[in-house]
Amino acid sequence: MDWITTVDHKKIAILYLWAGGLFFGIGGLEAILIRIQLIKPMNTFLDAQTFNELITMHGTTMIFLGVMPVIFALMNAVIPLQIGARDVAFPFLNSLGFWTFLFGGLLLNLSWVMGGAPDAGWTAYTPLSGKGYSASHGVDFYTIGLQIAGLGTLIGGINFLATIITMRAPGMSFMRMPMFAWATFITSAIILFAFPAVTVGLVLLTFDRILDANFFDVDGGGNPVLWQHIFWIFGHPEVYILILPAFGIISEVIPTFSRKRLFGYSSMVFATILIAFLGFMVWAHHMFTTGLGPVANALFSVSTMLIAVPTGIKIFNWLFTMWGGQVRFTTPNLFAAGFIPTFTMGGVTGVMLASAPADFQFHDTYFVVAHFHYVIVGGLVLGLFAGLHYWWPKMFGRMLSETLGKWTFWTFIIGFHLTFFVQHFLGLMGMQRRVFTYLPNQQFDTLNLVSTVGAFLMGVGMIIFLINVFLTSRRPADAPEDPWEDGRTLEWTIPSPPPEYNFKQTPLVRGLDAFWKEKMAGHKAMTPAEPIGPIHMPSATILPFLMSVGIFIAGLGFMFSRDEFSSSIMSFLFNNYIVTALGLLITFGSMLMRSLFDDHGWHIEPEELEEGEQR
Amino acid sequence: MMKTWQAGKRLLPMTAALGLLLAGCGREDLSVLRPQGPVAESSYGLMKLSITIMIVVLLIVFSIAAYVWIRFRRKKDQDEIPKQVEGSFKLEVLWTVIPLILVIVLAIPTVKVVFAAGNDHSDDKDAIKVKVTGHQYWWEFEYTDYGITTAQDLIIPTGKHIAFELSTKDVLHSFWVPSLAGKMDTNPDGTVNRFSFSAPNEGVYRGKCAELCGPSHGFMEFKVKSVSGEAFDKWVASMKAPESVMPEDPVLAEKFKSQCLTCHAIGSMPASPVAPSLTGIGSRESVAGILLNDDTREDGAPILENLKTWLNDPQSVKPGNKMPNPKDMGLSDEEIDGIAEYLAGYTLE
Repeated sequence: MDWITTVDHKKIAILYLWAGGLFFGIGGLEAILIRIQLIKPMNTFLDAQTFNELITMHGTTMIFLGVMPVIFALMNAVIPLQIGARDVAFPFLNSLGFWTFLFGGLLLNLSWVMGGAPDAGWTAYTPLSGKGYSASHGVDFYTIGLQIAGLGTLIGGINFLATIITMRAPGMSFMRMPMFAWATFITSAIILFAFPAVTVGLVLLTFDRILDANFFDVDGGGNPVLWQHIFWIFGHPEVYILILPAFGIISEVIPTFSRKRLFGYSSMVFATILIAFLGFMVWAHHMFTTGLGPVANALFSVSTMLIAVPTGIKIFNWLFTMWGGQVRFTTPNLFAAGFIPTFTMGGVTGVMLASAPADFQFHDTYFVVAHFHYVIVGGLVLGLFAGLHYWWPKMFGRMLSETLGKWTFWTFIIGFHLTFFVQHFLGLMGMQRRVFTYLPNQQFDTLNLVSTVGAFLMGVGMIIFLINVFLTSRRPADAPEDPWEDGRTLEWTIPSPPPEYNFKQTPLVRGLDAFWKEKMAGHKAMTPAEPIGPIHMPSATILPFLMSVGIFIAGLGFMFSRDEFSSSIMSFLFNNYIVTALGLLITFGSMLMRSLFDDHGWHIEPEELEEGEQR
Repeated sequence: MMKTWQAGKRLLPMTAALGLLLAGCGREDLSVLRPQGPVAESSYGLMKLSITIMIVVLLIVFSIAAYVWIRFRRKKDQDEIPKQVEGSFKLEVLWTVIPLILVIVLAIPTVKVVFAAGNDHSDDKDAIKVKVTGHQYWWEFEYTDYGITTAQDLIIPTGKHIAFELSTKDVLHSFWVPSLAGKMDTNPDGTVNRFSFSAPNEGVYRGKCAELCGPSHGFMEFKVKSVSGEAFDKWVASMKAPESVMPEDPVLAEKFKSQCLTCHAIGSMPASPVAPSLTGIGSRESVAGILLNDDTREDGAPILENLKTWLNDPQSVKPGNKMPNPKDMGLSDEEIDGIAEYLAGYTLE
């Protein structure tokens, strides 16, 4: 119950982590099934329809329900601590964001047991995703599930923007903010601008499917290419929503374990902003073969290539952060070290893809599959592993085992390169993506076998990580405040795990890497910016949970509103929108409660703070 | 500007070496890395240039990384605090400008080729105009100047530009012959795409659908058969010859007419919008695009056998396709075999 009603950012972080971990596991199993099917030509392990459902759900789950929540987990766990705040700006909304994400994700995954998962690819291109060619409820689960989950992301993004703008500790100017906080800030800004696009797209597709609208139906005057534009105007910035937090994590981990400040901090900030800006101008590079014509193709080619410049700045700044430092290969830094070359490989194939005439060959082949897995797994997932190992003691008060961590790293990264490096060649040799099987004698066989073996090795790496988490959770929570000894930022100045109120006294920030600066000045702790006083805390509440349950029920009701059920009561309930209305009633009722009953929260008095200290 | 070209020239020897290395990859009739025509050749040129630049970048990043990891590892007794370097304006400008130059080196030929690829030859009197229509899961080829329509095998004369007009009857597909040219999507009416390629050498090239289009997306293959000019003219003539090639057995002919020709077209019949034309099916490279009619190879089988496989259960060959099972339409096993034999024997010159 405590977990359902919590509004504490640290607990919500843990909720995000477990829920994200669960969906990540589901997405991973889907990946393994895909690779088993492709282990040899003309394999009959899966049938074509199931395979298409698996690739659709693998992509959708991993992007929206696997890695995004883990990113949000880290942001929630770390950002208020890093900027010296006691919580996020809107703790109630933070909780609402989590629950809408979780119920959206559950709705989407219900499709496996409720008559067919979505099967039109994670991009859901029309008309294949239209009712005419995808008659089951699969794509409805996709549109409505993602819509609900997307709400959570948008709420989270706005919350972080407000938090970072308004709640930085005294003295922490924007240019003294840790790089992960910068990455979160920019990522949230991208979310703010990109998610409305997919929201609109999903609404239009829902209307087409459930209310017989004609936005994407040619016979009704619609245009299927319109969907591609709407999807990618969101979809491309989404890639940066994913990768910028990883950049932020790497920018925290490398300086800590090199005992040096980040090289070229201001150019890092500038590069992050530039990447976000350019990220919105390149969506059509996903559509070179759609037939936009040479002018559009040329423009989008060049603008896409330009992203290599700020990315290059970042890579070299990281390398030169280590230059002249004292590099320690702890597990987090091992992942950060693996990140640099791996992500660079994903980046350079990105530039290759940007060249439109060459992309006519690369597009929709395994070359592209290899490219984006190098970016998303080799970049983001390695970054998340670095971040999880790095901040685990802060989140849970327990150090993960270094030995098992190193095993995780080596099995995972070797498995990763084995899986995806060969896929570049598969694509160039003529293997298109999203094929449920392939004919023999096309010289695809050996490389596919290698790829599948690699996927299993990655799976082993994941299992070792889970074992590590399990064993660690059974040990006493005795991590010191600054477990890596060279912590540079504010989160390392408070106990692990932090008390509910984070900072007894808000710290005074005197420069970049505030804690490191104090350490160098010979201080053991931060100078406080305020006297000890009562701390205002928000009350726990179940309303966000109820609101999300309501939306979940309304979504199901809407989706089945036109179905005929064998039982007449069910038909009556659904066909008259009674279920939908019930769900909306719960949601709006909860909102009404929230508005009518003013909750002032509660205070922690100074005496209690002292007691907590002694314990 | 001069400098960028010089940089490009310096990269040439490496480009050539890479080209040789990559040429070992894949089948000649399928691989992007073994281009068989000028359009694929120009994509390949850009790929070689970009991959060369990128390998240079990777080598630089890898070697700096390896150097710092080894050189700056923390030693056991190392306790002094390293100098906290703020950054270096010069270095940061350097790694802004160098990638910018590399991008320009790649961007110039890219833009050139983009506009060259936009040249679609649809107004070229000499070009052969072909209307390609994608269907779940087969390809229709209509030669507008000759008034003939075929399916699955695209017959083209060597050396001539083939001007394509691409569209789809149902969902999006993507028309791709890797060894001859990059892919182009087939969109529904309203956004019809045009492009062209040519094949200088005779041969059979493998084509594929590259856009997810349903369960049998992976099986939506076709063949491009590049033949000499005379052979092409002969083929066109025999396609146009008024056809009344029907099964010899009148009972079978009646069955064929009433059960098959309701969807399929044959000879001079107008092309059907729902099923592939059967004219000259006996001379095609494959049945259903994926059962190869070549009994000299281990993955092929005689056409008769392939036709029987297909007619006995089309769904098991291509899941989700629209062809009804002939058995469900009341055809007996003997009749199916008879139709298979007739179709296998229905060849063109």
